[in-house]
Amino acid sequence: MGQQFRTSSNGQIDRGRILSFTFDGKPYQGYEGDTLASALLANGVRLVGRSFKYHRPRGIQTAGSEEPNAIVELRTGPRKEPNTRATTIELFDGLVANSQNRWPSLNFDIMSINNLFSPLLSAGFYYKTFMWPPSFWTNVYEHVIRRAAGLGTASTEPDPDFYEQCHEHCDVLVVGAGPAGLSAALAAARAEARVILVDEHPRLGGSLNDENYSINGKAGSEWADEIHAQLEEMDNVRVFTRTTLFGYYDHNVVAAIEKVSDHMPVPHQGHPRQRMWTFYPGRVVIASGATERPLVFGNNDMPGVMLASAARAYVNRYGVKPGRRAVIATNNNDAYRTAIDLHHAGINITAVVDSRRQPDEALVEELEKLSIRLMTGSTVGSAEGHQQVSYAQIVTTQGDTLDPERIDCDLIACSGGWNPNIHLHSQSGAKPVYDDSILSFVPGKSRQSEVSVGAASGSFSLQDCLAQGVSAGTLAARQTGFKSRKMAAARADNESDYAIEALWISPTPYNKSYKQFVDQQNDVKASDVALASQEGFDSVELLKRYTTQGMATDQGKTSNVNALAILACQRGEPLPEVGITTFRPPYVPVAMGVFAGHTVGYDFMPVRRTAIHDWNTKQGAVFVEAGLWLRARYYPQKPGDTMNDCYIRETEATRNNVAIVDVTSLGKIDIQGPDAAEFLNRLYINNWLKLPVGKVRYGAMLREDGMVFDDGTTSHLAENHFFMTTTTANAASVLAHMEQYHQIEWPELDVVFCSVTEQWTGIAVAGPNSRKLLEQVIDIDISNEAFPFMSVGECMINNIPARLFRISFSGELAYEINVPADYGEQAWLELLEAGEELEVSVYGTEALGTMRIEKGHVAGSELDGRTTAQDLGLEGMANRSKHFIGKHNSERPLLMGEGRLQVVGLKSLEEDRNLRIGAHLVDPRVKLETVSQSQGHVTATTYSPQLGCGIALGLLRDGASRHGEQIEAVFPLDDETLKVEVCHPVFIDPEGELVRA
Amino acid sequence: MLRIDCPWCGVRNEDEFSYGGDATVERPADHASQDDWYHYVYTRQNPAGPHREYWHHVNGCRAWLVVERDTVTHEIFSTAPASPNLPDPDGRAR
Repeated sequence: MGQQFRTSSNGQIDRGRILSFTFDGKPYQGYEGDTLASALLANGVRLVGRSFKYHRPRGIQTAGSEEPNAIVELRTGPRKEPNTRATTIELFDGLVANSQNRWPSLNFDIMSINNLFSPLLSAGFYYKTFMWPPSFWTNVYEHVIRRAAGLGTASTEPDPDFYEQCHEHCDVLVVGAGPAGLSAALAAARAEARVILVDEHPRLGGSLNDENYSINGKAGSEWADEIHAQLEEMDNVRVFTRTTLFGYYDHNVVAAIEKVSDHMPVPHQGHPRQRMWTFYPGRVVIASGATERPLVFGNNDMPGVMLASAARAYVNRYGVKPGRRAVIATNNNDAYRTAIDLHHAGINITAVVDSRRQPDEALVEELEKLSIRLMTGSTVGSAEGHQQVSYAQIVTTQGDTLDPERIDCDLIACSGGWNPNIHLHSQSGAKPVYDDSILSFVPGKSRQSEVSVGAASGSFSLQDCLAQGVSAGTLAARQTGFKSRKMAAARADNESDYAIEALWISPTPYNKSYKQFVDQQNDVKASDVALASQEGFDSVELLKRYTTQGMATDQGKTSNVNALAILACQRGEPLPEVGITTFRPPYVPVAMGVFAGHTVGYDFMPVRRTAIHDWNTKQGAVFVEAGLWLRARYYPQKPGDTMNDCYIRETEATRNNVAIVDVTSLGKIDIQGPDAAEFLNRLYINNWLKLPVGKVRYGAMLREDGMVFDDGTTSHLAENHFFMTTTTANAASVLAHMEQYHQIEWPELDVVFCSVTEQWTGIAVAGPNSRKLLEQVIDIDISNEAFPFMSVGECMINNIPARLFRISFSGELAYEINVPADYGEQAWLELLEAGEELEVSVYGTEALGTMRIEKGHVAGSELDGRTTAQDLGLEGMANRSKHFIGKHNSERPLLMGEGRLQVVGLKSLEEDRNLRIGAHLVDPRVKLETVSQSQGHVTATTYSPQLGCGIALGLLRDGASRHGEQIEAVFPLDDETLKVEVCHPVFIDPEGELVRA
Repeated sequence: MLRIDCPWCGVRNEDEFSYGGDATVERPADHASQDDWYHYVYTRQNPAGPHREYWHHVNGCRAWLVVERDTVTHEIFSTAPASPNLPDPDGRAR
């Protein structure tokens, strides 16, 4: 037993291929070609979910991506996907789906009690209900709302699939492969334009697959297959199936999601689950069709109420009877086709209820021939039944509601008219306009290179769709530079008028109060729209936010126009005055994974490694990220070595002997040209014109606002040739800054420069024995007399060409060596080998940081973009008699005056206690309660092996004149207070005797 | 997504460029008043409509460009090198 709701024939399903699946744990069978929704209907499953707020039973309302109700959790384990629409899920063997938003079961859901409390849950209820007391927000309301109003739950396991991002260019992009889109694509392709055709479904044809149309004397779907075959044979055409265009962006860039593997249990080996396409079309032909809107009547959300077009699609495309006894309710001609198609499929049509008083005569005759009862001037007042429809109450549209006729049925197929799918047009920046003849919005004036055709433009006749497609495709090819040949449109064999008359809301039986749903996904009723309007939320954008109408996975595809019409009735204005909300991407829900693409995990961002990286790895170094660089942070020597053990040992080894460190990540910029010195003179606050060749100078540069931007050393290598280093963090921005000033402000300067960061490996050799070590491998005289502090020169390190800089970040006698990056590891190894007798060691960035704090060098945490040269103690370097970037703005009185945060040293006065980064510096007489009581903060801390206590650098209000003061470093998050002494930021060797030794 | 026509590289995606600020403000002369320097850094028009702005082809040829763009529609009317000294896009000396 099963699939008792299948028709005996017809449909695009393969009845020979049986697929098994489960819903809420119960096994069912369907056929290849089914969606989950059609397979559930075939098995008589009509209750598939509970609604968002009231937990009302809900069924399948549509047959496409506009579905508001049949939202299920698909698959299990790491591939579990919540909130998927059963109407778009292609059935596969072994599919597992579960209903959502119900407990303990779909049939008996405790929270459906909300249905009785619905007056409390009306429009804007959370703005009204969850107001006070404030403490309830985090403790009560958030938990209650999350539990009660949730939809599905996402998997917490990592996504096992991968996603791709691709780009493609074309002349003409056609969106949608229905009669209009296929015609457009073929016409443009025949003119030899490069054409891309995308369609959401696995099979081209659009509505032709859902309807009993005939084109050129054959079935519509057959015609579509033929056009598809022709397109596939053309080299200039790419057809994307299972691909939905979800966003139309500036400059005619559009994005689409291709569901490569979602119709399979798991993706084929090496295939992505989904692909995001960015298309760059010359011209876009939007043939995205139209979406039917439901009628708004009492209990119109009950399982068994369905769009008339969806009922047709289930019969014609899937060979499924969505019910056994059907009432067809409509305000237009279109739904008559539902009555006829369903009748031929063996469904008993108990009545066609038409709100119009004088329907189309030909259609009336056709119903008479089939002995189908027609009720005019009437509509469904309410659907009645327990968990699904068992009868309809029919009322007259003239307001005679006291004597409703009861008609037994298990299906109410309704049509409130059709809305052109104008989403992409609206996303492109254009404003849709209201068309009174179809009572809906149609595309307005184009803002980008796009045109809508067929049903998407409000033309619902098949012949119009075919003809408009051909002319739009032909024109698009011509507009993108192709000579078009004349092509005749295909011939539609059957036609009917649309002829809609407005019916926005039905009278209710006995004028009783009924729940008349407008937005079924968000449980927004007609009364909520009215209430919002009464409470002043009567513009469309406010209505949307206040009631949530039009939000969530369906984005109001079936509900928007009905809501606007009801709002217009409330305001007593015509619908076009009310306007329409702006459509925003994405058109359909898009998985986050596809936006990330391959940039996840290891590939999240590139990693930059120095030439010493492999050696560091072999040594068991612990690394730290510095921008994209991986730098050795410290080197554990034995199991159990902590970071503190390591950096203290490494610092002591440097200060007492000699050690080397990898400093490759510093930015390096090679600068050449006759005006190179002048260029530097304008970039830096200090003087560069008289720096002799062979000398290095420390420089600081400001931004135009007067704040310090970066610092580093620049060396005069040769006449017209300088070599700049920047901080690791600012390497890229300093280069961009230099390019900006050179290209825009000072094009007269004859200078060129480029980044050479990756061309050189940098190794610092530091410590009292550094000269002794270098002398063993170097070919030049590096005695203090021959190569004093701040010298630079070329040399050989054994057989490796190198540049030698006598500079020191540690405060010790030190050198920095640059060798071509390919020699980096070799130079490192040779230094270690040469230093074996001296017992040379290595150090990482922790020890580097400790020594820079001890020496009081400012770095990134002090150069925070808010500090001036004066704040950082660098003002002495500035030459204010010349011009430099930031000079004028750094002289603004408030920057020069009192009250600035200035860099200071801080010493812990408590044994075995270190300062913490970010701690506030506070007057000990004050208990820190507000941030205004803070006089500054700690920027960098360490334990100083040299001083035997915790030390730090900090920024303290007027700190330069407060050395010797005792204050407190307060860390309120952990309720910690530490007594500290303010001191000069240079803790060791303030005269710089060591570096000059 | 903006598509910017770099004079050297052709039409490229916005993500190859970084925005470089208002190109209508002129950097004051060295001896200009404090007030001029203040306005140069801190005050900007915020036009709705055509505007000139700097873009840096930072993930491309590294040229600074002056782009005329409509801030409402994002339409780009022209793209030109900011520097008069860069080689001509067609390879001729200028």
